[in-house]
Amino acid sequence: MSHKKIINVALIGNPNTGKTSLFNELTGLNQKVGNYPGVTVDKKEGSSKLQKNLKAIITDLPGTYSINPTSLDESIVLKTLLNSKSEKKSDVIVVVADIDNLKRNLLLFSQIKDLEIPTVLAINMADQMERKGITLDIKLLEKELGNDVVLLSVRKEKGIDELKKAIVNTYHSAKAFPLCNVNNRIDPAYFDRLKEINPKYSIYELWLMITHNSFPDTISREEKSALLNFKNNSKNLKKYQHKETIFRYQKINEILKNTYLVDRSKASDLRSILDKIFTHKIFGYILFFAVLLVIFQSIFDWASLPMDLIDAGFANLSSYVDKNLPEGVLTSLISEGIIPGIGGIIIFIPQIAILFLFISLLEETGYMSRVVFLMDKIMRRFGMSGKSVIPLISGTACAIPAVMATRNISGWKERLITILVTPFTTCSARLPVYAIIIALIIPDQKVFGVLNLQGLTLLSLYILGFATAIIAAIILHKTLNVKGTSFFVVEMPDYKLPSFKNVFIDVVEKTKAFIFGAGKIILSISVVLWFLASNGPQSYKDVEKNITENVVHQQLSQHKINKMIASSKLENSYIGIMGKSIEPVIKPLGYDWKIGIALISSFAAREVFVGTLATIYSVESDDEDITTIKQRMASEINPDTGTRRFNFPVGMSLLVFYAFAMQCMATLAIVKRETKSWKWPLIQLFGMGTLAYICSFIVYQILS
Amino acid sequence: MTTIASLHIGELAYISEESLNEIPLKLLEMGCLPGAEVELIQIAPLNDPLYICVNGSHLAIRKETAAKIQIIKAK
Repeated sequence: MSHKKIINVALIGNPNTGKTSLFNELTGLNQKVGNYPGVTVDKKEGSSKLQKNLKAIITDLPGTYSINPTSLDESIVLKTLLNSKSEKKSDVIVVVADIDNLKRNLLLFSQIKDLEIPTVLAINMADQMERKGITLDIKLLEKELGNDVVLLSVRKEKGIDELKKAIVNTYHSAKAFPLCNVNNRIDPAYFDRLKEINPKYSIYELWLMITHNSFPDTISREEKSALLNFKNNSKNLKKYQHKETIFRYQKINEILKNTYLVDRSKASDLRSILDKIFTHKIFGYILFFAVLLVIFQSIFDWASLPMDLIDAGFANLSSYVDKNLPEGVLTSLISEGIIPGIGGIIIFIPQIAILFLFISLLEETGYMSRVVFLMDKIMRRFGMSGKSVIPLISGTACAIPAVMATRNISGWKERLITILVTPFTTCSARLPVYAIIIALIIPDQKVFGVLNLQGLTLLSLYILGFATAIIAAIILHKTLNVKGTSFFVVEMPDYKLPSFKNVFIDVVEKTKAFIFGAGKIILSISVVLWFLASNGPQSYKDVEKNITENVVHQQLSQHKINKMIASSKLENSYIGIMGKSIEPVIKPLGYDWKIGIALISSFAAREVFVGTLATIYSVESDDEDITTIKQRMASEINPDTGTRRFNFPVGMSLLVFYAFAMQCMATLAIVKRETKSWKWPLIQLFGMGTLAYICSFIVYQILS
Repeated sequence: MTTIASLHIGELAYISEESLNEIPLKLLEMGCLPGAEVELIQIAPLNDPLYICVNGSHLAIRKETAAKIQIIKAK
């Protein structure tokens, strides 16, 4: 009997305990990010070989201080633990604790134990015991807890094998009993009545269900309503929760009294020195803005080369496919729908990966918590939280990961405002649009001898994005009538050197999540747009015949004729008809139907604007470099006035439109997912759209 | 009423029993218990949030929360 066996192991622990490092150490790159059923939080899973013929599927649960949740991330932990009767239940739970804060970490451990699931306690950062003046009697601790305890130093790769052995032992012995019988210490009669309602579950499980309205998936409607009914007749829920926590700490203090000793005189003062600098009233801010400048500068410097290469690579691939595959619908779909669609996703990877790299570094070192501390009061004036800073910075790469980064903001109103205003920050998809329009309307001159006027315009657009996000937040703060208390507590972790393995895996995982999350939408819209652009009513089908007949007397090269056909086909395609039908609406902004088509196409991703205009102006894809499109755009004439189409007023109007309008289906879809309603994405779509329209209108009318 | 919000930087105090039910559960769970020693480490610019060390945990909390937690100042 030597068949392979697979068990489920969940990692749970406080933030900053090295839980994710342990996960990375156990699973390496054998990870995948999935979704928890019914909820939106990413589920990180990986596999690890425990011993011969025994493999573990390891789930990395979001970091939490307790199983009583205060944010979306944390409610996942509770939900997962309550599903202990389902098939996907965890066979063993590993509670990862940090030697420095063992007391607080044991609170979570005591809660898990009371759920009566087999548990291993893994105490990390054991290598720092001596430096921190800590002594721990591990044998006695094991005895007092009645549980396997393993000492780890994940960063030094120590203790991993011992942990694996302990997991296997715990799995086989399957011993699971509560550590604190809290019910007996609070109100035994009350908890007896609770247990009578549904003896299938343990008292602690029932208690968690009624205090958090969180139920296992397998529970029936009748069972649920019986529990809710009991809850509604309970007066002292909150008081009992307090008592429970106090009792747990009493028990933990008793256990630690003889096993865990700290000589605080050995504590290092590196933390206090760095804190004095990073949270200083003046230097703190200067440093933060310096860090931001370095990040943005690097994103531009490092990302531009790979982005150019990707852009050129996909354009070449497209024309290669076009020339070498037999002509037909399929080839056209591949070369004009799918390849540019995939290219439109890949092009963002350099900027997004670089930004994630910085954010990950800042979080790993512990600096990010100091930024949250510095910025909280300021952000609160705008209805947000100090934790909103991270999404707003991420938004400069892409709004999609930024919206997902709001999950640890505990106040619903603060989180919602952050989600709603994040798309105003200048994301990387706006850059190609800005770049080409700025090149068209702003002279390449220096002002004051040093500052480049074009660069200055780009910088103003960034500032415009941030400023609008702030103003929108203030308005939402004043007008939104959303319930939900906000509660703010941030742990200020010790400063530490980042682990490059963690940073690397983090960047890879987040980038992958972006590609597969946003990518699906960008790709499918590209295909829809391709269909709309390559099909049309009867007039579309007649284009080729009409043009060939009309030009038969003129001395034109076949090349020129083909271009005319392509351009006229687009005009008569469905998307051309759409562009023409919105022309009356966008004319007051200075746009014609061709720009209209580009605006519609931008819903796939804003940067599609450039490519669409290139097609409309029938620039052939094989010489699709920026100068040709730019030259072609520069020579486009507005037939009504006889002057350049992309003159200063139109260009400014377009810049303002792209700064404000919500032209990104992928972001709308993510906002829907995160807010669980179409209401908020629709408010974004129409609110930002109206703002864009009005502002562009004013800009165009004043300037022209 | 003496609360954490009235501490000066570097000052030590003990959390009193009186405000037990005013302390948010999450803070209790993070070690902010009656009887625990608390030190104010830093105040953010604009006087909010506060950076405290309680029971070995370093936490940033808002002033409104701090003002709910009664203390007895250490002599």
